[in-house]
Amino acid sequence: MAERVLMKGNEAIAEAAIRAGCRHYFGYPITPQTEIAAYMAKKMPKIGGVFLQAESEIASINMVYGASAAGMRVMTSSSSPGISLKAEGLSYLAGSDIPAFVVNVQRGGPGLGGIQPSQADYFQATKGGGHGDYRMIVLAPASVQEMASLTIKGFDLADKYNMTAMILADGTIGQMMEPITFEEEEIRQYDKPWALTGHEGKRPHNVVNSLYLKPEELERKNFERYERYKLVEENEAMWEEYMMEDAEYCVVAFGIAARVAKNAVVSAREKGIKVGLIRPITLWPFPKKVLEQAAQRVKGFVCVELSMGQMIEDVRLATNCKRPVGLVCRSGGMVPSPDEVLAGIENAVKGVY
Amino acid sequence: MAVVFEKPKSLADLPLHYCPGCPHGIIHRLVAEALDELGIEGKAIGIAPVGCAVMAYDYFTCDMIESAHGRAPAVATGIKRCRPDNIVFTYQGDGDLASIGMAETVHAAARNENITIIFVNNAIYGMTGGQMAPTTLPGQVTQTSPYGRDVNHCGWPIRVSEMLATLEGPEYITRVAVNNVKNVMNAKKAIKKAFQNQVEGKGFSLVEVVSACPTNWGMTPEQALKWVDSDMLPYYPMGVYKDRSAAKEEK
Repeated sequence: MAERVLMKGNEAIAEAAIRAGCRHYFGYPITPQTEIAAYMAKKMPKIGGVFLQAESEIASINMVYGASAAGMRVMTSSSSPGISLKAEGLSYLAGSDIPAFVVNVQRGGPGLGGIQPSQADYFQATKGGGHGDYRMIVLAPASVQEMASLTIKGFDLADKYNMTAMILADGTIGQMMEPITFEEEEIRQYDKPWALTGHEGKRPHNVVNSLYLKPEELERKNFERYERYKLVEENEAMWEEYMMEDAEYCVVAFGIAARVAKNAVVSAREKGIKVGLIRPITLWPFPKKVLEQAAQRVKGFVCVELSMGQMIEDVRLATNCKRPVGLVCRSGGMVPSPDEVLAGIENAVKGVY
Repeated sequence: MAVVFEKPKSLADLPLHYCPGCPHGIIHRLVAEALDELGIEGKAIGIAPVGCAVMAYDYFTCDMIESAHGRAPAVATGIKRCRPDNIVFTYQGDGDLASIGMAETVHAAARNENITIIFVNNAIYGMTGGQMAPTTLPGQVTQTSPYGRDVNHCGWPIRVSEMLATLEGPEYITRVAVNNVKNVMNAKKAIKKAFQNQVEGKGFSLVEVVSACPTNWGMTPEQALKWVDSDMLPYYPMGVYKDRSAAKEEK
């Protein structure tokens, strides 16, 4: 039966993870994601799960690596500087082709930065962060409800494709409270014949590994991995379109920036400007097709980001620079107002980008 | 003809890649014998380090995972917390365990994770070609201490067993050597006990094995084994540094 509750975004992630069958959480304290660990610390011991506060972000991601290799649904969560430390483990998880679920509730950077909301880890999440040829599935919730639904989706995608799924949220969505509904979910179980369980003399030994000293072998592994990534790109891109049917201008924004942008789109429509919004829900795979199609119809794009402009590069790539792309951005923990976004839309109408 | 001596079953039938005279082969064998004798190979999960023993995941026949440099105790924690009925062990060198992975080592010990750690101390980074390790002796010449380790410049080597033994957490901390038959026999007993402790749920057990690296020490295998006696063991004395269960029994 569906259950309606009022929750913080971070708590919604934790509750959804448990509902998705995650019974192992390894983390290290950092603002603004602390509620996730606090929720897990309370709940896990009561449901036969494991909550363990590690000595560092590096240790926690490696505990995730071990637990995932042992065949478990497992997660960790952190915020920007902590994700930098986890980058090593993210690369090993990718190189070993095993699933993991990781949450980044972003704060302003670089360096120690600040603790206010940000989207400045877009590059880190979608372009790498760790070393080597790899990708992660990156999910960008824009509401507390999506914090929950994308968590359940993320665990499924991670197991389906044997890769890391990351929730790229921000301090605002993490901290704000909204009513959400938990549906009765059917949780799909995946076979993990590669898992470390102890062979008990019944099969050859399993080895979870990312070392290939022969370059031919490593290249083959990477080719195989990218074949899988191609499937993800073909099948898993998600986005929301808002008032795009007759739009002459298109705002592109994700996460909390998309909520602000939606208000601006409504205001612009009241002024007679035909503008719509495309909100990428998966940042990788990036919803290229819908943007490519939009570029056939609209006169220009406006990206709204809580960074100096990172996703804008993917918008330009997806649209082949066919139309001009403007940018409304705030950085360091600042959030643009709907009026600032509206001004950006009006500039686009004037041809000022 | 009766077989009087054979390869342990837990050791794969593969040529090891180690240099001539390297004691890793002996230490691998001792671990494999312990797994065989305790009958735990089928439920063992081993964690290979970064360093000379990186390919241990091929040599041991149990399930294996390759860890990032120094992170093996964290990986072991993740596995053991998920699968408490399996036997989880790491096999790590001095650079891995005592330099880049010191935090993971200390905290796994402090939490008394019910795992077994085989710590091979040969006072040098072998795989990368002989750089100064956290256990390199004062005055010892390496590629990155070409004039000998100057303790005023880069500090003192770390006695891992003594340090870990100050913690409340761990069950069993001991230092052994493998430079002669008698020491090998003692090392065998210690390694077996470190696994037995895990079987009995006693907690964190670490065996520091003082080893040798003839190649990077610039010695013949025989000279290297003698250098263990003359230089390594005086700084790193063999002995049991902590044995909680034995201490309780004595009381």
